[in-house]
Amino acid sequence: MSIPYQIVVCGSLVPDPLQTLEPVSNPAGPALKNELMLPAVLDPWAGHALFEAAHLAKQHPGSKVWLVTIGPRAKLQQVMMIVAQKVPFELVALDGPASGFAESAEIAAALAEAIQAIPGLDRSRLLLFGGWESASRGAGTTMQMVGERLGITDQFQGVDQLTITPDGSLRVLERVEGGKHQVSLCTGLPALLGWATGNLPEPPNNPQVGMLNMRTVMPALQRAKPVKIANDGVAFASVALPKQRRDTRIVKDLSTDDIAREIVEWIGKD
Amino acid sequence: METILFLAQTEANGSLGKAALEALSAAKALASDLAGSILIAGLVGGDVQVGADQISSCGAARFVAVAGPDFVPSRYSTDLVAAAALCTAASATIIVAPATSRWNRVLAGVSQRLDGRIDAHVTGTTVANGQPGITRWYYRQRMEAVVQRTRRPWFILLDPGCGEPWSGAVGTASVELVSAALTDAQRRTTVAGIQAPPADQQTIRPDAKLLFVAGAGWTKAQPDGKAHPEEAETLILGFLAATKASLGSSKSLVDLSGEGHAVLKFMTHLNQVGQTGSTPRHPKGLSTCCHGEEPHTVGWRFITERRAINLNPNCSWAQGKADVLYVADAFEVMRKINALLTARA
Ligand SMILES: Cc1cc2nc3c(=O)[nH]c(=O)nc-3n(C[C@H](O)[C@H](O)[C@H](O)COP(=O)(O)OP(=O)(O)OC[C@H]3O[C@@H](n4cnc5c(N)ncnc54)[C@H](O)[C@@H]3O)c2cc1C
Repeated sequence: MSIPYQIVVCGSLVPDPLQTLEPVSNPAGPALKNELMLPAVLDPWAGHALFEAAHLAKQHPGSKVWLVTIGPRAKLQQVMMIVAQKVPFELVALDGPASGFAESAEIAAALAEAIQAIPGLDRSRLLLFGGWESASRGAGTTMQMVGERLGITDQFQGVDQLTITPDGSLRVLERVEGGKHQVSLCTGLPALLGWATGNLPEPPNNPQVGMLNMRTVMPALQRAKPVKIANDGVAFASVALPKQRRDTRIVKDLSTDDIAREIVEWIGKD
Repeated sequence: METILFLAQTEANGSLGKAALEALSAAKALASDLAGSILIAGLVGGDVQVGADQISSCGAARFVAVAGPDFVPSRYSTDLVAAAALCTAASATIIVAPATSRWNRVLAGVSQRLDGRIDAHVTGTTVANGQPGITRWYYRQRMEAVVQRTRRPWFILLDPGCGEPWSGAVGTASVELVSAALTDAQRRTTVAGIQAPPADQQTIRPDAKLLFVAGAGWTKAQPDGKAHPEEAETLILGFLAATKASLGSSKSLVDLSGEGHAVLKFMTHLNQVGQTGSTPRHPKGLSTCCHGEEPHTVGWRFITERRAINLNPNCSWAQGKADVLYVADAFEVMRKINALLTARA
């Protein structure tokens, strides 16, 4: 049974992981030093969700993928120039913070509202995707709240695999403790999947896909509604970099035997 | 003055696991440090009496539970109903639960349903000037914050390994069962089981004393101009067998494995440590053939003692990220280490 799915992927942008990050304190709360100058990338686990969505859509003709995102418009534009070359999707953009310090409950409210406004959304075909955690807040809370606002009570987190069974059920593998997966079967839609790494490599850039996507990406960015995040009721008493920088002992002149002995001794010590 | 609900699931044998007992310690500390507060224990599971008895002397004013066969599986729809029912029955203002995969999946949904707020991956709780606070990391373990909130209910998911598990005398707890009615729609997901590698190929061991990290160097051309993936595999597996260490990997190495290269067959992306991998907790870590770049080492935030073996004296481990960097060939060193370990056994 092949269903043309409507796959809505939520994902934002994060600073390139190779950048050094430093917190600063603004009147509105904590932020990153030079936040708007830092090169940004699509949030990695949300990226996996997007690639999995595109892969699924390809296997089920008539399916469609939306990417719903909140971020500062100018940064979104930069990141979308790259992401748009990867897989086909329609962008729904909101102009707001992509900060890890932005309250996830408020972000979830804005995302849910934007999803509900997508014309022709059909719950019986709806798969809501996102990353299981962001690389900014790293909490894994936003998607659950979006799902709850949309009344989706079949939710999975840390997903590494989704298989559609012949009767149209979802077979989902979620990460659980100790390097294992829980296997679940879900017999109906809508469902929410917070993706971990999945199994797909990052798709290569495809300029043709890029050109097609850009037709909707640019207008979506121009239309992007501003979103105000008040961080209601939250106070950050402190935000600090870890104090400890280790005093590395660099061992260059020890024989292999001595190194091995030293390491074995170290491992054995309590 | 807070009503603090300690929320936990019972394990297959009916008891409470270590992560749950750690969360209980934190909940108990909050209740005693916040004047006039009370502690309530809330359990979810098939049969909860064994678990309740296990913590009967923890000082909880009440024991509330949602129990029955529907609440055995770790499943969003039913855990949502159960947890919401317990929070309501307890009139909880602060909820402390262990950050197990089960509660991580659902507690933000519960928070939304009850119009509360949530902090996940919390590493500690504090009380300052009579106000509760939590510590947690942002940007994948790059910076640590202390967060306070005025909104209630406030849900706190405490990461395992961040505190001492509660222990105390086993007794008999009087449990109030709370009803949590389900519809058929809430049963349309069924848990079919757990998929795990065979025991001898299970390389992820969260309770191990040592994390052993392998990097992409293991698969690269060595001074003789050739790559030696077979020997790498033998050395790594030999070391893991002798030490029962947990195996971690850099992203580059798991990506190679994923692309079908004939390297380290036992390695999957579940082993990956770092920005887009895991942040395990072990007292010691040994890195081999891994450069120690920032997106990797953020995953070492909770590894206390760190050593690395790398051919390159200027690799990132040398920049204050390891306690000791051995500038050496990991193939040679690991051969010797395995020989020493075998001789000792
Ligand atoms: C969005 C994003 C997310 C990322 N997330 C992660 C993440 O979660 N985890 C992660 O690990 N990386 C992550 N990275 C990648 C990261 O930046 C590095 O590219 C990666 O960690 C490098 O892996 P490596 O050190 O194993 O490989 P390499 O950089 O190739 O280093 C190999 C090392 O092996 C050493 N070596 C070779 N032979 C020997 C020998 N015989 N003995 C001793 N040493 C030897 C070399 O000197 C070298 O230092 C991410 C990158 C991006 C862009």
